[in-house]
Amino acid sequence: MPPSFQTLATATVLLLLFTASAVSCASLPPEDGIRIVSAEKRIDLTGPIVKVYLTLKVENVAAASDAYQVLLAFTPTEVQHLAIVKATRAEGKRKKKTYVPLAVEASDLATSAPNGANLYSVLLDAPLKPGETITLEVLYVLTHSLEPFPAEISQSESQLVYYRDSAVLLSPYHVLEQVTYIKMPSNRIESFTRVDPTSRAGTEVKYGTYSNQAPNSYLPILVHYENNRPFAVVEELVRKVEISHWGNVQITEHYKLRHGGARHKGVFSRLEYQSRPSISGASSFKNLLARLPPRVHSVYYRDEIGNISTSHLRIGSHKSELEIEPRYPLFGGWHCTFTIGYGLPLQDFLFESDDGRRFINLTFGCPLLDTVVDDLTIKVVLPEGSKNPQPIVPFATEKHLETSYSYLDVVGRTTVVLKKNNVVGEHNVPFQVHYEFNPIFMLAEPMMLISAVLLFFVACIAYLHMDLSIGKSS
Amino acid sequence: MAEPEASSAAANGGGRLRNAFGGVLSAFTLLLIGVLAFSIRLFSVIKYESVIHEFDPYFNFRVTQFLSKNGIYEFWNWFDDRTWYPLGRVIGGTVYPGLTLTAGTIWWLLNSLNIPLSVETVCVFTAPIFSANASWATYLLTKEAKGTGAGLMAAAILAMVPSYISRSVAGSYDNEAVAIFALIFTFYLYVKTLNTGSLFYATLNALSYFYMVCSWGGYTFIINLIPMHVLLCIVTGRYSSRLYIAYAPLVILGTLLAALVPVVGFNAVMTSEHFASFLVFIILHVVALVYYIKGLLTPRLFKVAMTLVISVGLAVCFAVVAVLVALVASSPTKGWSGRSLSLLDPTYASKYIPIIASVSEHQPPTWPSYFMDINVLAFLIPAGIISCFLPLSDASSFMVLYLVTAVYFSGVMVRLMLVLAPAACILSGIALSEVFGVLTRSLKFQLSKLFDDSSSAVPASGDSSTERATNSTKSENGNEKSETAPKEKPSKKNRKKEKEMAESVPVKPNKKEKRLLVLPFELSIMGILLLIVLGGFYVVHCVWAAAEAYSAPSIVLTSRSRDGLHVFDDFREAYAWLSHNTDVDDKVASWWDYGYQTTAMANRTVIVDNNTWNNTHIATVGTAMSSPEKAAWEIFNSLDVKYVLVVFGGLVGYPSDDINKFLWMVRIGGGVFPHIKEPDYLRDGQYRVDAQATPTMLNCLMYKLCYYRFVETDGKGFDRVRGYEIGKKHFKLTHFEEVFTTHHWMVRIYKLKPQKNRVRGKLKKLKSGAKSSSTLAAGRKNPWQ
Repeated sequence: MPPSFQTLATATVLLLLFTASAVSCASLPPEDGIRIVSAEKRIDLTGPIVKVYLTLKVENVAAASDAYQVLLAFTPTEVQHLAIVKATRAEGKRKKKTYVPLAVEASDLATSAPNGANLYSVLLDAPLKPGETITLEVLYVLTHSLEPFPAEISQSESQLVYYRDSAVLLSPYHVLEQVTYIKMPSNRIESFTRVDPTSRAGTEVKYGTYSNQAPNSYLPILVHYENNRPFAVVEELVRKVEISHWGNVQITEHYKLRHGGARHKGVFSRLEYQSRPSISGASSFKNLLARLPPRVHSVYYRDEIGNISTSHLRIGSHKSELEIEPRYPLFGGWHCTFTIGYGLPLQDFLFESDDGRRFINLTFGCPLLDTVVDDLTIKVVLPEGSKNPQPIVPFATEKHLETSYSYLDVVGRTTVVLKKNNVVGEHNVPFQVHYEFNPIFMLAEPMMLISAVLLFFVACIAYLHMDLSIGKSS
Repeated sequence: MAEPEASSAAANGGGRLRNAFGGVLSAFTLLLIGVLAFSIRLFSVIKYESVIHEFDPYFNFRVTQFLSKNGIYEFWNWFDDRTWYPLGRVIGGTVYPGLTLTAGTIWWLLNSLNIPLSVETVCVFTAPIFSANASWATYLLTKEAKGTGAGLMAAAILAMVPSYISRSVAGSYDNEAVAIFALIFTFYLYVKTLNTGSLFYATLNALSYFYMVCSWGGYTFIINLIPMHVLLCIVTGRYSSRLYIAYAPLVILGTLLAALVPVVGFNAVMTSEHFASFLVFIILHVVALVYYIKGLLTPRLFKVAMTLVISVGLAVCFAVVAVLVALVASSPTKGWSGRSLSLLDPTYASKYIPIIASVSEHQPPTWPSYFMDINVLAFLIPAGIISCFLPLSDASSFMVLYLVTAVYFSGVMVRLMLVLAPAACILSGIALSEVFGVLTRSLKFQLSKLFDDSSSAVPASGDSSTERATNSTKSENGNEKSETAPKEKPSKKNRKKEKEMAESVPVKPNKKEKRLLVLPFELSIMGILLLIVLGGFYVVHCVWAAAEAYSAPSIVLTSRSRDGLHVFDDFREAYAWLSHNTDVDDKVASWWDYGYQTTAMANRTVIVDNNTWNNTHIATVGTAMSSPEKAAWEIFNSLDVKYVLVVFGGLVGYPSDDINKFLWMVRIGGGVFPHIKEPDYLRDGQYRVDAQATPTMLNCLMYKLCYYRFVETDGKGFDRVRGYEIGKKHFKLTHFEEVFTTHHWMVRIYKLKPQKNRVRGKLKKLKSGAKSSSTLAAGRKNPWQ
């Protein structure tokens, strides 16, 4: 990177820093007396998805009142790209550490935070008494937060990206001591903003230790580094789960995939791609791994013009792995679409609850590893005759019901549609759909077919025994 | 006549049950034949996948998709701007809609029953379904001519005849798949009408003909063959009112209905292909009039009237013929379409229309292809012809005529082997059934004789006397009659109406035949065994042809090597890339072979496609491909082309690539733009791209696009199809850039580079360069500027 650019970047960063700190001075102090004793922020930039691990040691310094929640602050851009926030409370020391998951929800205190920062509150399972400290482990995932720069690269170049964040923890609380680590996939780091003390060791950049940061402080940093991991973005994924009480769960997944990294420009030379695979098209990817449930059968992988023959399936006892290759290697900005379908044994997924209702236990999210799903739709097609469906999903989704028709349906099948944006691997958790079903409906379609065949024979008999001619031929 | 009826009446009780049993048995056999016809065509789905095959089926598939999405009215009005850019094509008016309407209807029906099959699935399985229908239609047709046994035999043979399989495997979604069914069914209804004289069947016949017209351009075969047969009947003195009913409604109704199909329209009365039917129509009426008058008048008066009618009729005929000749002479192609002309004059296409000659399926077939496509049927046909003549009826004479004409047409074009196949099957079915009949009958007779001998304990002396034979045939008569009774029953019904005709005659010779045709026991056993071996050979061949020869979808190729099956899916790779990574309105230029696939699979606008209606446009693309880079760039740029697609097999040894088709591009291009000369591309009359190749060849766009950076793969540039090193190895492209090459290099896509900014200092130089190039290629260098 040219030095002029670096100075420019530093200047902007400094400018931002001043405005940010100016704003932070004017902000309100938090109403509950929580103080962060020590904070460690580890940012994992090795993949296409940014994962941030926070370890917060929180102390209630208020005189009398208990604390029921701990607030986390995010900038507006972070909130846009925020896929999931998970928090756990760590108990015990070192080896015998146990983690208790805590609920996280968007806080309605958002208005009180400066500069449009959004607050999320971690609800504590037990109130934090004055003087007590707890350790919180927070994980949040940011998608689309790595900006390729340069935005267009040719086949022989590798992909460089920008990552923007703050050197100090953005928090509504007073932070006594804080350190930030940024981990990058390779040694090739073009530049990073220095906010002393800053040090670099191999693939890791360390910011800090900073002490005594006022609430809502923000020190913008910019990291420019090489990231050739596949930036696979599923723009749209429709998963259709069809349940047949005859013993099969059929899952069909329609993918619309894009390489979300730096756009490919100029020629694509197959020669160079094949003869120099390590240099040429470093940021492109040609295969993806999908993790499917065990005992999967009848797997297919195709697109609108037919079967795609480049896939491998490994069936294991705990999971099945489907390795798929799109028809062509995906370079930056290239798209492709495909469909994966498979069947699963019903008894692994369908259960009867105590109240006589049935529930199907499925996994939310996208089976492809290390991908971002911009727009996920899950359609659970219940068998014909099901009533009162009730989906139970551990996070907020858009839900509605519709009716779909399949083989010889008369009244149609109740379909539960779940929609969610910005889905990552951490969303691959079980969810349930409860519904009522009377087994007599299983016989409806066979009976229909039988009666149709019967009618046909009756018609044949009637036709053969009737004389439809007008005049008798002597 | 009375005798067999009496005997059948005697055996009425047992006969009825037997009849019913025979009916059920033949229905069951037919069902099995249908299943056979359907399932033998599924090799392509099992070995490859359920996918549309080749080139034309992709177009049909695309049309069907459009139909199922937008409905029938939109379909009629569909102007397709995705092809023949910038001209476009009126699909609704230029396509035979039978196939698409059929598949569209099936799809609609299934979907209204909530059976969610995709349009693609329906299209893939349309051809096998219609093959089953075709074999049933064959049964009906042959039954009309020669009875149930021959019908079943012919249906079974047709179900697996390789010639028909080649056009109707699952996925081969082409017009012929339904057209062959329509063809046979129309013939059946014609023969049925001829046998019954029923107007009901005549009307059905016209409708069936309408379906055929909807389905395939080959309907002209029907509308010429049936008049020929009518003429034959008249000439041989077999005119009857049944013939009139069979023919007159067909011409009137059929022509009216045919004119309803947009692609035919007024061609149904305007082109020479249809004149024969009208001429015969007139002749038929004259003959009918003559017969009518003959019935009214006394012989003396009739003679007077005859001269009168003949003179008037001749005058009218001359007038009509004169008008026809005038009409025909006024049109440039004498009223015939190019393909029909090349049928009548096999050398026509190669002389005048290289684009028809360039299609491999329009070439005359070689002898091995007869063996490949109809196999043992070729040897059975003569026997079938003979047995058709044994009692020559209207129906059997029709079979013979059909066969003879079909043999001629198949000799002209490989593609029309398909028309020959049903005829060959029918005649072979007749032959086999006759032979089996003779052999089993004599076997039965010998066996019964054997039993008789053993029971009466009379040693079989060497002189198996004829009287003994006659005796036992007589004793057997009852049995045999009851067996043949159900077979003859339908035909008897038909013939009731023409009692006065010589219908009692065939019964007698039949009896005589039976007596004469008794073969020795061993010989008949041997004969049957040999026939079974022959049939087995045929079946094995058919299965092999279906499984190995005709199942490849041609868009995905496989090769077997030591480390297993290797799949070459390059075409779809390229089309998928085009479809997802180029702008939706980009124009893609390629040789016309890939036009349909590009529009269907990549959904991109193409310049030319497999509907070769505009020779000039194709010649333009051919010219561009055979021009040097700069001239080609100018042509493509003027056509608004953004990508150029070439198919190159040199790396993996795929022989039908663009370099092998290149001479046709030169020929077709040179046919319109004379500055492209075929000899420039040939060295001593030989087509080659190695070091001996001409500089014109080595500098043309096709060569460059195919071999760009090819030498870097192995360092030598060894072309595996041609089997030598290429001539010009290192070169750069100045006006095109490579944007995509598939995994096995089979499809290479190039993008036209944008025009360079003009540099002021270089203005003069550029001008002089342009001048020299324009003087070099004088005249029509770029047809679009």
